[in-house]
Order: sequence, then C-alpha cells, then structure tokens
Amino acid sequence: MTADLYGASPLAARADALARHSAPEGVQGVRIAEVPFTAQVALRVDPRGGAAERIGTALGAALPGRPGQVARTDRVLVLGLGPDEWLVVGSEGTAPELQDTLTAALDGAHGAVVDVSAHRTIVRVSGPKARDLLNTGCALDLHPRVFGADQCAQTLLARAAVILLCRETDPADFWVFVRASYARYLADWLIDATEFDG
Amino acid sequence: MMLIPCPWCGPRNEVEFHYGGQADVACPRDPDAVSDAEWARFLFFRANPMGAFTERWMHRAGCRRWFTVRRDTVTHEIRPVGAEQERAVTV
Ligand SMILES: [Zn+2]
Repeated sequence: MTADLYGASPLAARADALARHSAPEGVQGVRIAEVPFTAQVALRVDPRGGAAERIGTALGAALPGRPGQVARTDRVLVLGLGPDEWLVVGSEGTAPELQDTLTAALDGAHGAVVDVSAHRTIVRVSGPKARDLLNTGCALDLHPRVFGADQCAQTLLARAAVILLCRETDPADFWVFVRASYARYLADWLIDATEFDG
Repeated sequence: MMLIPCPWCGPRNEVEFHYGGQADVACPRDPDAVSDAEWARFLFFRANPMGAFTERWMHRAGCRRWFTVRRDTVTHEIRPVGAEQERAVTV
C-alpha cells in the first residue's frame, strides 16, 4: 500500500453539489466551480525601490501601482493587495519556479516571497447572474463600470474574508479567493444563494 | 453603518474595519524615565471630544493597513487628513 501524496483540494467534496447548482443557460444563469491547486506566492517589497522594478522585469509586467489593480501576463496574474503587497498567481505546479524567480529578482533587498498556495483556494463564479449572486452577500459595487476586468478587491463575502477578482465582465467571470478552512462554508453559502431569487 | 474611506481601497463598510482610537498618542521615548502617573496618562487617558476627532482605523477585511481620519463624533462625518499623515505608518 502506498500513501497518496497528492491531497484533495478544499472543495473536492463539494464538486458535485456545485455542478448540480450550476446552470449558466438556465434561470439561475450562474456557474460555480473550484479552480483548485493554483500556485500563489505572496510578495512584499517597497514599490519605489529597484527590487520592485527588477521583479516587474522578471515577471514580464510591472507590479500594479495601486491595491485593486491586476497585472496579467501569459504565465501569471499579479494582484495588488496593499501598497507594498501583491499576490502572484500561476498555474498548478509553478509555485517553486515563481518563488525562485521572485527571490532572485528581490536579490537580498528588504522584502518577502512566500509560497501561500495552500492558504486559499479559488471559487470561480461565472455567468450572466454571477454579479447578482455575489452581491447578495457582498456590499461592493460590482458593476463593470466600477469593478471591471483585471480589478481585484479584498472584502467580505457572506462575512468570509475573500479576494474578489474580476476576470471578464461580459459574461461576468469572477474568481473568489477564499481561505481553505472557509471554502466549504462559502461553497455551501453560494449553493444556498443560487436558490434565492432576488 | 458608516462608510469609511480607506486611503488604499476606497470607501468600505464599517464592518470591514477595526477601530484604533485616538491618533498621534506618542509613546514615551524612555518608559523607565517617566513617573507612574505619566505612564498611566499615556496608557489610559484619551480625549473624548464632541466634534472633530483624529483617530486610527485598520482595514481588517481589506488591505490590513492602519490609517488616520478625522471623524465628527456627533455627525460621523469623516474627512481625510492630509494624504501624507493619513497613510503615515505609526506604531
Ligand atoms: Zn484598505
């Protein structure tokens, strides 16, 4: 007997339930699914220093200058979380490589590069009614004029701390980053909210 | 519910924030050099005005940064202080 070294994603147990409650063409008009195992690396560095510039060059996109802005390359998304804080998101398995790239570019400058891939999972909420669904539990104005593509926000969704990321506006496509330990709660809340006809 | 303007994230609901009390309370540089009365004054004594109050907030559910605003304790009207002071990092 060998041990299975690859764990289940936080929402593996909710995959069927989420699929059952997803109906992009139907009345609910929303699809909910987990985007599991993405690489996520937290980055802290002084935005005005040479290190921030080197990191921008290494990633292929300048670090977003303001929290809420998102930079996108073929390989990564860079979410601005704070004045000196970013979350670099890549595809599954790329965390070590991302960490090496960022650490090399930091080159000993004051800052931090930490693999936080296991910290949060992502719930993708998409479809014409995605915005309405999220707004039943989130006070932010998610209208495309205010919260458009490549914008992010740290806020509360159904009282859980999340990072909302708008990927596309038409049809709406959101990524909701949620802590692993809150993921099943949030998934259950979302499932419940699909049945609420506002 | 108050709408509090985070200098980094913009206006957000009060529930996203943690209150930090009066701003610009200076810790004595050398705690050993002050009297018990002076130390107690630093620890426990705060202004309690009816009207404008300069105070600290932390955007707990957002960017997790401390910042300073000027709030009217009667009307809850919030005005930013100068951008530099608002974003200043003080412990
Ligand atoms: Zn903030």
